[in-house]
Amino acid sequence: MPYSPSEQGAMKNPQLNAEGRLQHLLTTEGLPREILVHVLDTARSFLSVGGREVKKVPLLRGKSVFNLFFEPSTRTRTTFEIAAKRLSADVINLAVQVSSQTKGETLLDTIDNLGAMHADMFVVRHSQSGAAHLIARHVSAHMHVINAGDGRHAHPTQGLLDLYTIRHYKKDFTGLSVAIVGDVLHSRVARSLIHSLTTLGVPDVRVVGPKTLLPEGVEHLGVRVFLDMREGIRDCDVIVMLRLQNERMKGPLLPSAQEFFKSYGLTPEKLALAKPDAIVMHPGPMNRGVEIDSAVADGPRSVILHQVTFGIAVRMAAMSILMGS
Amino acid sequence: MRTTELPDAELLCAELLRQLKARMPRDAAMIGIVTGGAWLAERLHRELRIADPLGVLDISFYRDDFDQKGLHHQVKPSQIPFDVQGRHIVLVDDVLYTGRTVRAAMNELFDYGRPSKIELAVLVDRGGRQLPIAAQYVGGTVSVPEESILVLDRSEGRDSGALTLRLSDQRRPRRAVP
Repeated sequence: MPYSPSEQGAMKNPQLNAEGRLQHLLTTEGLPREILVHVLDTARSFLSVGGREVKKVPLLRGKSVFNLFFEPSTRTRTTFEIAAKRLSADVINLAVQVSSQTKGETLLDTIDNLGAMHADMFVVRHSQSGAAHLIARHVSAHMHVINAGDGRHAHPTQGLLDLYTIRHYKKDFTGLSVAIVGDVLHSRVARSLIHSLTTLGVPDVRVVGPKTLLPEGVEHLGVRVFLDMREGIRDCDVIVMLRLQNERMKGPLLPSAQEFFKSYGLTPEKLALAKPDAIVMHPGPMNRGVEIDSAVADGPRSVILHQVTFGIAVRMAAMSILMGS
Repeated sequence: MRTTELPDAELLCAELLRQLKARMPRDAAMIGIVTGGAWLAERLHRELRIADPLGVLDISFYRDDFDQKGLHHQVKPSQIPFDVQGRHIVLVDDVLYTGRTVRAAMNELFDYGRPSKIELAVLVDRGGRQLPIAAQYVGGTVSVPEESILVLDRSEGRDSGALTLRLSDQRRPRRAVP
């Protein structure tokens, strides 16, 4: 019923089922505009649920959602857990590095065992790119997989919540300038966001950072590349700061955190170059004094904490759209 | 297929309004169910000059057929701009059929608070109830084949706001895929 299967070639896209509906959410890459908008519109309705006396709806009553985190995460795991609980699903949290993986059970064995416990959905965070795809290909047809971050590859619900935040404040995507600043190389958030921004018709997407932290060929994603931050954020409507991912860096890509802050840290003085009503976003957790100054992070243009609230509504939307496919 | 003469929605609306004017308590609040019920409620709310703002319920998250049908393509946010707790509420819908929509609406309403009383006002009752639900204010009754869907339309443009009933094989036309 909702999307024509010919759109973007449903047969090729492993996220879509035979009817062209979203079966898994693995990446925003290749997702048609209608699906992105459907998620955002549905999230808007879930946001109003969060303001009620009773913050739950009965939509996923009796369903079991397994949070499988092979990599530590507090915010993402918690917001997925809250989202599932507000949909009345049962949530089981598994921190897998301290569980069966240490006993040598393979990833797919773990999945099979959880499938035998009648799982309806897996929310997967893994350090290896492609882990969620592997699981999605493996599970039976009634099960759904959400990628909650795989290596450097994708983090689609973060990309969607960023889109939601931008739409909330800027109303319309056409005519916007969006700058994504910092460690683009290691960021799955940046990739997920770039794909969806271009799909929704943002005419000016910029990536800003030192050459060592920009992926090779990033300009082929339809973005403009800036090595100078002052140039990169000039007259922007939206600034998305990325976290400097020290833990993912091998070898000397950077001189020092202080040097990085001097060139690419967002300070009030640099922010003044953007449009007067520009918003500042950050996927968290922030490194204060490395990529962002506290005066900006806590300032009036920061919408960083609103992103967290919107993230719950967006995850509720993604979960219910998948489960209804 | 047997064709059925459908009643004039404007006449049904006038009759419904007459009943509400006669019997609806002055301190009652009104809530319309998306989409047709909300259109109808907008009209009734205006004509009755109800002091509290109109509430709107989209029952998509409370449907009992989610497992079969999934999520409706265009969910709208529910908005109840007054405190439901202890209030007399008149729920408004366009067509009363199985009663499942009304059940879902009542379930959602209770997540906002505990009303003192809920009544139901509908433009048209087509019978076929699957639940023990009845309307207190009814614009009229109609008999249509079980398989057909009775839809309320609201005109746009010159005579904007005019209500009409029609039979359909499908729900309201969805937003065209660009």
